[in-house]
Amino acid sequence: MKTFGAFLLFLSSLVKRGESPRILFQRTIDEAILIGIDSIFIVAVVSSFIGAVTCVQISYNLTNALIPKSTIGFMVREMTILELAPTITSIVLAGKVGSNIAGGLGTMRITEQVDALEVMGINPSSYLVMPKILAALLVFPMLVIIAMFLSILGGYLAGSLSGALSGQEYITGLRSSFIPYNITFALIKSVVFAFLVASISSYQGYFTSGGALEVGRASTKAVTNSVIAILIADYVCAEILL
Amino acid sequence: MIEIHNIHKSFNGVKVLDGISGVFESGKMNMLLGASGTGKSVLLKCIVGLVKPDLGSITYDGRIFANNKLDIKQEIRRKIGMLFQGSALFDSMNVSENVEFPLRMLTDMSREERRERVEFCLKRVGLENAGKKMPSELSGGMKKRVGIARAIAPHCTYLFCDEPNSGLDPLTAITIDELIKEITQEYNITTLVVTHDMNSVLEYGDNVMFLYKGKKLWEGHSTEIMDTHVKELNDFIFSNRLMRDAKKVEQIEEQLEEEQNREDQK
Repeated sequence: MKTFGAFLLFLSSLVKRGESPRILFQRTIDEAILIGIDSIFIVAVVSSFIGAVTCVQISYNLTNALIPKSTIGFMVREMTILELAPTITSIVLAGKVGSNIAGGLGTMRITEQVDALEVMGINPSSYLVMPKILAALLVFPMLVIIAMFLSILGGYLAGSLSGALSGQEYITGLRSSFIPYNITFALIKSVVFAFLVASISSYQGYFTSGGALEVGRASTKAVTNSVIAILIADYVCAEILL
Repeated sequence: MIEIHNIHKSFNGVKVLDGISGVFESGKMNMLLGASGTGKSVLLKCIVGLVKPDLGSITYDGRIFANNKLDIKQEIRRKIGMLFQGSALFDSMNVSENVEFPLRMLTDMSREERRERVEFCLKRVGLENAGKKMPSELSGGMKKRVGIARAIAPHCTYLFCDEPNSGLDPLTAITIDELIKEITQEYNITTLVVTHDMNSVLEYGDNVMFLYKGKKLWEGHSTEIMDTHVKELNDFIFSNRLMRDAKKVEQIEEQLEEEQNREDQK
């Protein structure tokens, strides 16, 4: 409870003595480029293969001749949009972006760069952390959309190349019983996960004390806590929004 | 001028500062002297507002700093320049950007004005050609110079230096001390230097405050320090001398060894 209280106080410090909108905008764009561009490759690889594996495994389990093969396309789409793209992408980003945020802030803290900002009269949490959170809120949904697209494409390629189903059957499945709200649900989840990953990792990094060893510990803690928070939030979102 | 009165600070029940009072004059090198763990850096952090004192008052030219409204604290902070022990340069920025940073954040200067000021400050610390270098490419001494340039860039009124010559070779340490002294006198800045180096105190210090176990044991001019009868301060000066002598002996031994090796090779 004490840690949670400290976390809330940390969040409230982000909006006190905030930076000018011009600086905040510039810093957010810089951070968005760092988070977004650097993560596209890993997100693309992970989501493509997850879509491919999902397609192959569903077709392996779908032995009943009465069920049309297009169901595979339908199931890949539903699983991708509802769960795999937002959650797995966010977990991957928790590892990549979360450790990066915690490590960067932790290093700044132990090398007195955070103190230097404070002495200059700049609110370090607002200057350093706020742009990271805003950038994550901006970039995570974009990466999740890319992940959705590539995962479904991965499923299409795997299904076609392995001969599990034809391209036409896959597309028929994709287009059947589509609920647009599911996309909204996935994007809401991605925004929630983005906030959790960026804020938890920033908190861990910002309050690092000691030396290089503690920076490593902060990074590990940031990833672990972010992943746990994502999984809990995933369940809560499903309960509330579906 | 900075005045501190009855500063107390404890961490987890351990008293680190015990009723420290004093005055740091402008245009002077005010030295905060003491062995490691005596509370010098904590006092410095209290004065600049990085640590909140449990009790006591801090005033900058008559304006209360500690426990004052945030706006007033911010206003005073914008006149503060600080050179950190590890220089605390921003890793992601090059030298010019580091020096320009406080100007970009705290002033309304145009880009051209900022560029001119950065050039001037870098020239002042003797680094006019290092603007494009990243902090990782700089030596310890160069980092300190950039730190000084960044501190003075926004025309600071108060300069704080936390062990400015730690980790530097003796020659570079002297250069940094000289630079701080020159800047202090040139711009009539109130400078407070935390150090445990007696060389710095004797050569460049004006007013000296000696801390021992969180208490102020002696205060006076650097020229009077050798005549003091405070046992702890005398012990500290003596240990510093021993250290210096030991270093000299070590250097002489190394030189003799090198000469011996050369002769053996012949």
